[in-house]
Formats: sequence, C-alpha cells, structure tokens
Amino acid sequence: MSNENINVALIGNPNVGKTSVFNALTGLNQQVGNYPGITVEKKIGFCKLPHNIKANILDLPGTYSLNASSMDENVVIELLLNKNDKLFPDVAVVVTDVENLKRNLLLFTQIKDLEIPVVLAINMADRMEYKGISLDIPYLEERLNTKIALISTRKKQGIDELKNLIVSYKTLSTEPCLNASAIDQAYFDGLRKTFPNELLYKLWLVITQDVNFRGIEKKEILSALRKPDSELKRLQQKETIKRYQFINDVLRIGQTIDASAAKDFGSRLDRVLTHKVWGYVIFFSILFVIFQSIFSWSEYPMDLIDSGFGWLSNAVATHMPSGILTDLIAQGIIPGIGGIVIFIPQIAFLFLFISILEESGYMSRVVFLMDKIMKRFGLSGKSVVPLISGTACAIPAIMATRNIENWKERLITILVTPFTTCSARLPVYTIIISLIIPDKRVLGFLNLQGLMLMALYVAGFSMAILAAYVLNKVLNIKGKSYFVVEMPNYKLPLFKNVAINVVEKTKAFVVGAGKIILAISIVLWFLASYGPGHDFENADKIVADNLKARNITYDEQTLTNEINSYKLENSYLGLTGKIIEPVIKPLGYDWKIGIAVLSSFAAREVFVGTLATIYSVGDTDEQDPIREKMATETRADGSRLFDLPTGVSLLLFYAFAMQCASTLAIVKKETNSWKWPAIQFTVMSVIAYLAAFTAYQLLQ
Amino acid sequence: MHTTVDQLKKGEKAIITEIDSDTLPLKLLEMGCLPGNTVELLQIAPLGDPMYLDINGARLAIRKETAKHISVEI
Repeated sequence: MSNENINVALIGNPNVGKTSVFNALTGLNQQVGNYPGITVEKKIGFCKLPHNIKANILDLPGTYSLNASSMDENVVIELLLNKNDKLFPDVAVVVTDVENLKRNLLLFTQIKDLEIPVVLAINMADRMEYKGISLDIPYLEERLNTKIALISTRKKQGIDELKNLIVSYKTLSTEPCLNASAIDQAYFDGLRKTFPNELLYKLWLVITQDVNFRGIEKKEILSALRKPDSELKRLQQKETIKRYQFINDVLRIGQTIDASAAKDFGSRLDRVLTHKVWGYVIFFSILFVIFQSIFSWSEYPMDLIDSGFGWLSNAVATHMPSGILTDLIAQGIIPGIGGIVIFIPQIAFLFLFISILEESGYMSRVVFLMDKIMKRFGLSGKSVVPLISGTACAIPAIMATRNIENWKERLITILVTPFTTCSARLPVYTIIISLIIPDKRVLGFLNLQGLMLMALYVAGFSMAILAAYVLNKVLNIKGKSYFVVEMPNYKLPLFKNVAINVVEKTKAFVVGAGKIILAISIVLWFLASYGPGHDFENADKIVADNLKARNITYDEQTLTNEINSYKLENSYLGLTGKIIEPVIKPLGYDWKIGIAVLSSFAAREVFVGTLATIYSVGDTDEQDPIREKMATETRADGSRLFDLPTGVSLLLFYAFAMQCASTLAIVKKETNSWKWPAIQFTVMSVIAYLAAFTAYQLLQ
Repeated sequence: MHTTVDQLKKGEKAIITEIDSDTLPLKLLEMGCLPGNTVELLQIAPLGDPMYLDINGARLAIRKETAKHISVEI
C-alpha cells in the first residue's frame, strides 16, 4: 500500500456541472486562490481515493475548446502543455453533459491528442430517461479510447465509479482517438521532422495560440514552418470540422435519442421567460423580490449582531484592566469589526440570490432579453451579468466581463460596473436609510425603507447606463463585434453548490474587508485619542474652566462627556477633519462624517466602522449601538445631524463615488493601463460630489 | 430554398450549407455551426434581436448581424 499523491484536473465546457463534480469529490476541502499574476480563480480541492491514494483535484475554468480566446482558457492550455508545472495532471477528467454530448466531446478529442490519461465523466445521467437518450458505453469506450463514468451529481450516483477510474489512471490509454493531422498531412509531416521530440498537437497549439508556453518558443517554430494567419484560421476550421465528423460518426452508433420519449419542459419555460411582455415582467419582479427580502429578512440577525458587539465592547471595558490596550480594543477594534460583521446577513442573502440565478440557467435568458437594449448604450447583453453580479462586488463582476467578445463593449462595461450598488455600499445605505426614512408600510406590503433601497439600486444602475451611453459616443474604438451566448438547460440549483458558493464568497468579503477595517480602526483610534499641543493635554482644565466661566452647574457625567468631545475635536483626527471641513460642508457633513467619507476611499464599508470608532472615543457609553449614536448626534444648533438633506446627500455620494482601492487595482489589471482607472476615479468622484451638493442644497 | 439564418421564421428548421469563415468566430464553429448540421430558430428576442437557435443540438443565441453570414437550405 503506497501513500501516493496524484494530481487530477477537471476539464469541461461551461454549464456541464463541473463544479458540482468538484464539490462532490472534495466536499469542503477546498482552497480558492488566484493564478500568479492574473486574476483567474484557481480552485484546488483534496480527496481521498481508494487504495490509500490522495488526490489534489484542480477545477480548471470552463472552456469550449483548446483554442483559447480568453485569459481563463489560457490557464487551461498553459497547464496542460507544461509537464513541469507542479499541478500538471497525472490524469484528466473531462466532464460532459449527457444532453450536450456532441458538443462537449470536441474538447475531449483535443485533450486526448495531448496524450495524457483521460477519464470521460458523463454528467446528468439522471436526465437520460427523461430525454429519451440511451448510450452504448462499451462501444463509446472503444471508439474514444477511454473509460467512461456515468454520473449524476444531483442523484449522487457514479461518484465512486469515477473515483475508481481515477485511481486506475495508469491503465488508461493515452492514444489519441482520431488523426487530426490529416487536415494537412504534408504540413504536419514537416513539423514532425523538424521537431521529432515534441508532441504534434502541442506544436499545433503553440503555432495557433497566443499564449505563453514555457519550453517551446513560438518564434522558433514560426521561422521553421511559417504560414499566414488566414491559412492558419482555415486550418483550424478544418480541424474543427474533422473532429465533428469523427464525433458524429461515433455518436451515430453509440448514442440513440428517442425524440418521442423526450420531454421538453425547458422549451415551454423559455417561451414564458423570454416572452416579449412576461419576460421583462418576470425579470423585474425577481429583482424586486430580491431587494425587498435583503432588507426585511436580514433585519433580525442584524439586530442580534449589533447588540452582541455592543455587549462585547462593554464587557471588555468593564472586565479588562483599564489602560490604553483596553481602550484600543473596546473603542477601536470591536466597534470597527462590528461595523462589518453586522452586514454578513445581507451580504450572504445577496450572494445566495445571485448564485441561484446563475446556477439555474436563468441568467443566460436575461442576457438574451437585454442584448438589444444594452447594445443601444454601447454595451452587450452579456454586460447584464457583470451589472447584476456587481451588486455583490465589482471585483468578480469586472472579471466576468472577460467573455464579452468585443473590446469596446467590454471596456465600457468595466468602466461603468462600479456604479452598480455593491454589497459594500449596503452598510452605508442601510444605516442612513434607517435614520432618515420611517419604517412604515405603504399599500400594505411595500416597506418604505426597502423602496428607498431599491431606488438607490435603480439610481446606480441608471447612472451606469447613462455613463455607458456617453462613453459609447466618446470612445473611438473599432473592433470586430460578435456575440455568442450559450443557453444552458434549466436546472434546479444544487443546494451544496449554492451553499459552498455563499460561504466562500461571504468569507472572502468579510476577511478582505475585515483586514482593511481593522487596520483603519487602529490608526483612527490612535489619531482620535492623541493630539498635539496645549489644547489636547489640558483638556480637563480648559473644559472645567469653561463650564465654570459660563456658570453652568454640572455633574461628573456631563464633565466627562464634555472633556471627551473637546479632546476629540483637538486630536490629530479632529484637526484633520477641520482642514477638510470647507470642502465637505456644502454637502451637509460635519468633520466626523468627513473623516468617515475620506477613509471610505480605501473601501466603502469602512464608513460605519469609522463613525463607530469616532463616536466611541468621544462617548462614555460603549454599549450603545452605532445606530443610536448616529441618531442622537446633533449639530451646533441642536438639530439632528443625520436629517433628510444630509442623509440623501451621503446616499448619493456613496452611490456614485469610486471608493474602492481593490476595484481600481482590478481595472488596472484588466485594461492593462493606469489610464482607465484614473479616468474612472476622477469622473466618478466629480459626479458624486456634484450629486451630493445639488441634493443637499435643494433639500435644505 | 436558399437563404440565410437571419431570414428564418420562428420554428423553422434548415440545414447549414455554407458559412462565411472569415467573419464567423471560431467559437461558433466549435459549438457546432458547421455545414451539414441542422439549425432551428427557437425564439427571437422581444426587440427583434438576438436570435435563439438550436444548432446541431446546442442551444445558443447570436445577433442577426452574425446570423446573416450563415447560409442555409430550408
């Protein structure tokens, strides 16, 4: 019995349930990271196989073929062509969908040409009867030179068989199943003679692809056997036709489809969901339900978390020995972290809905419905996916623009996506809405606060569309425009997939934001707790003298509060706030809000945490929830600080401003220049300032 | 009858006879848009574009401007 460790790569077209297979093999033993230097998600999981073999399972990005047309697909090719990569697979599992076998097998025949052991996993086998499909497995195994596992991740069938086939990878054939070089025998013979030690198909990929290969230099091959691009493209087409001929040939005998037995629920569903009236009604109703429920369903857990953190802060303050460390924890760190943890319920709900929309296959129908409209604004129907998933986070949304074929449409999508209301804005929106909009119902079921939230989503989306329209007129970029989108079968989302997705994404959000917030909270606390010079050091005396001079009688409590707020005003933070005050005053903000807005340029969700920290330092009652503190905050004249004009002004500022360092970094990466993020940052900030300014001045 | 895919009516089936290989993306070919295969127009988007097709068993949507480069025989 050996303790062997093998690498298994999962490869397949998009929408074949590859991720379900991955989840079925690995459970929660997963690590999600990035490929070095690029932002493609890298998912590795671990799995114990029979005979004491351990496997690293690598879930490669979905691809239709080995002719790469995107960064995600390049990852697949680069890994499969580099034997020295430490993740180079000992065995590849090509995952296919039994309903789309013909198309899915194209990629399979290409992988076979790389002469690595391949297992063919035919997924969704539970749908065979329903669709009237039957397969001659022994015949298919013989013609395709492989072993087949019929699996159903939904019914949890065939996973053990798949594991057994993976374990026996050494006995799998590495022979290709067709001779693709027949498309131009003379040319390939020449190649073989020039590079006798290299795999023919590998050479062909190097010649036709624009990817980075270690080991073989493209130039070297090109000078030896040059062909013009147009001829290469023709040859690639011939290759595709050749492969399809082979597949059609194999499936003619290996697969029988009894059309009369097939039930086609999907087509009927399509007729409704893409209907010229109902299609749009259903789409907007779904969005409406999502936003209403984000607000109302998460209320209870949020209240619970809020009071929990208040209690924690208080407990630390009373039970730990008093001193700087206790102050830092009770006033800086706990309120800061609480400011983000409280939004976990809302963010989890948002990820849940988006994940269900994508898993079910509905998102492609939305792309189809919206393409013509979006095209008018210089976008593609595919821009809908980034714009919707941008409501979770702009970063994955901008990465999701990669499948937009046209560069101009893609660039515009990247530039306007940050206008959509991301989850980091939710904390700010939620708290301010709850302060300025009464918690009432209209027409019996519409929550007024929920409506306001929805209005903000609409505002963000409208601004995105408007900006796209302008950019489409201004930008002068020509490029080939085409649009191909697969319409996958409708599927009931698998609970496991959705659950894992929600947990992973929420975790990443909280940890990512948590780090920034923790750092900022600590810095802010220091800046707020210390100050330069005479005023800060002698605060006790100055305040006491001042109160005496004005002949005010005071108790101990009032004195402490007065001293604290005087200290805060004269701290480093307070002095900085005073400097920026002239700029933000026309927007209706005091210096404390100004600091919160300023620190939000690192990440928006910092806003609540920052205010929490500032108010904790200036206040003796740590256990008061942040909302209470904001509600009781007053201006010099005694009026409520967070009133309607200031509230709306803040909401609009956050709706339009580009306050996210990570998004700017990703835009730089995806557009490969600092020019676009710089323009994006400037234009969005100006729009935000003007909108906030106008709103405050009008409402005041 | 000879025509192109953008001229098909809803529910109409045809056989692909020729494709304009210089304009069509390779991706479309890889999804099965090849001479000899069948194509059926399942649905046209509410605003007249794009078209939802069944090509050789694969369901996909393309714009009319692309569809006109695919010749078919009804």
